[in-house]
Amino acid sequence: MITPEQRAEFRKHFRYNVGRRLVLDKIVKCIVFICVIVAIVPLISILVNVFSNGAAALTWNFLTQVPGAVGSDDPGGIGPAIQGTLVLIGLSSLIGVPIGVMGGIFLSEYGNNRFGRTVRFFNDVLAEFPTIVIGVFAFVLIVLTVGNFSVWAGSFALSIVMLPIIMRTTEESLKLVPVTYREAGYALGIRRYRVVFTIVLSSARSGLVTGILLAVARIAGETAPLVFTILGSSQFISDLNGPVDALPLRIWRLSSLPYDSAVTQGWGAAFILIIMVLSINIGVRYIFLRNKEKTFIKFKKLGAVS
Amino acid sequence: MVDPLISNLMSTRDIMMTIKMKKGSPHIDKIFKYVAIGAATYVLAIIAMIVFNLVTGSAQVWQQEGISFLTGSDWNSVEGRESYGAFPYIMGTIVNAGIAMLIAVPLSFGIAMFLSELSPKIMRTPLAMIVELLAAVPSVVYGLWGLLVFRTYIQDWIETPLHNLFGDQSIIFAGTPFGLDILTASVVLAIMIIPTIASISKEIMLAVPNSQREAAYMLGATKWEAFRLAVLPYSKSGLIGATILGLGRAVGETMAVTMLIGNATGAAAIPTSLFQPGQTMASIMANEFAEASSGGLHLAALVGIGLILFVMAFAINVVAHLLVAKVVKSHEGAVLA
Repeated sequence: MITPEQRAEFRKHFRYNVGRRLVLDKIVKCIVFICVIVAIVPLISILVNVFSNGAAALTWNFLTQVPGAVGSDDPGGIGPAIQGTLVLIGLSSLIGVPIGVMGGIFLSEYGNNRFGRTVRFFNDVLAEFPTIVIGVFAFVLIVLTVGNFSVWAGSFALSIVMLPIIMRTTEESLKLVPVTYREAGYALGIRRYRVVFTIVLSSARSGLVTGILLAVARIAGETAPLVFTILGSSQFISDLNGPVDALPLRIWRLSSLPYDSAVTQGWGAAFILIIMVLSINIGVRYIFLRNKEKTFIKFKKLGAVS
Repeated sequence: MVDPLISNLMSTRDIMMTIKMKKGSPHIDKIFKYVAIGAATYVLAIIAMIVFNLVTGSAQVWQQEGISFLTGSDWNSVEGRESYGAFPYIMGTIVNAGIAMLIAVPLSFGIAMFLSELSPKIMRTPLAMIVELLAAVPSVVYGLWGLLVFRTYIQDWIETPLHNLFGDQSIIFAGTPFGLDILTASVVLAIMIIPTIASISKEIMLAVPNSQREAAYMLGATKWEAFRLAVLPYSKSGLIGATILGLGRAVGETMAVTMLIGNATGAAAIPTSLFQPGQTMASIMANEFAEASSGGLHLAALVGIGLILFVMAFAINVVAHLLVAKVVKSHEGAVLA
């Protein structure tokens, strides 16, 4: 039996407690808000520095010329690096996209069994591998065997980086296509491969393209696998079996040089790289925000988009 | 006279027959399936080949050094006196990733909580997008920014005051702050893994059913109490998974760390002070590769470090995926098998 005195005491206690709890709530909200600010400050700082310092380096010669001799008055440009990055992206997409899309088709259309689950699991694990390990692997497998650094070795390493991303995003976009579409195809007597290619793939087109673009954005900025496979070069590509330059690699090399001109060039190269990567990322998001697609949200849940 | 209904049926059958006949031999479906299976097997084959190549590539150093490759701290690539021990770099990786996690995990959970619980609907999408763009910035750009911009700030505002306050009495703040050290590398690494942990945690928190929160509100809970009592217990294993996934990224991160950690080798790289140059497994591979690429024991030692890093990252990721997969499951979709 609670006496009125006790009740009054409880009430006093709760009233006191409510105030304290509300204060605690406010404090937590403030802390959480500060967390968000703290996370955004570095991004702003990076963007401001890259854009202001990088824009200063941009000239036509900078974009098209070969690099000058180290420390000389004429710093030259980063033409070979831009060309190399584009060639590497193209070649690794040639390897990675077909295999990735086919693998995604397997996971979505045939993957509801033990083998499918195993592949899905190892694919997710491969997506998070340290990329430098993939670089070492490509080095041991190709560079050591063939005997020289090459565009092919770099493209092979990058294709392994992009493969799991494409596979997972393809699978998820295909799964969003309703079963009824497939059944309609089967009802017409169309063979399965045609159903997949003409009906399912074309319905899932936008998700597929998004996955591929995000994978391209990811490999455009990858440096670690390239250190082991393409070596870097100051000439334009003449041979796919020879060494080549790439933007991230050039930034790394420039950052270790003690000259002001190298620093400026480093910012310039970073500017171009970040424009490439962020425009793909923002573009893809913009399109998806407008279309209110479910696919993208799904990709984010998987951590495929990052 | 043929019944119109039957003639209609006939024509449908004709159409179906023609479609079927046009689509080539019946084997083509089988071929298609095997091509798809082949592409999926390629992933498994790649992982198997990574293991195989790393083991064969580093066999020489394991024969030469044995277990002391893991426990030794000598690192000498001068010919005739070659000796390799990866212990300092294993420690460097653990310490570096550990400090980064200490900074990144609370911040990420804060961001995830803000995005999933507190943020107004209008702000949620743009803020989440900004956090994700942080993850899209290439590692080497973080390195460049850290080297040319962030280094001076952390040296002047954090390291020098800390050193002046505690420097000589304590071990962890010993050494003259130079800006290129374990602390700088760890802080930049933390900035890099925040988006990973934050965006996965946000998704996991959003996956908690609203009825859980409403029950807590009904009992008179404040926002924080609802979060602590209803959301946190529900999403605990997923959050641990997100953390471990972030750890996996931190362990394997190469370029930014290579550019900022100061690159000590041998016994000097065993981390004791925050203001001392260090070395991680990934950074020593990137740094010394140019000298070692001609082959020999030095190269085998670097590939051996790659193998250790592989085993570490593999274990971390397997655990993380098992934990995350439990929470974020994809239910929808059409799987025909």
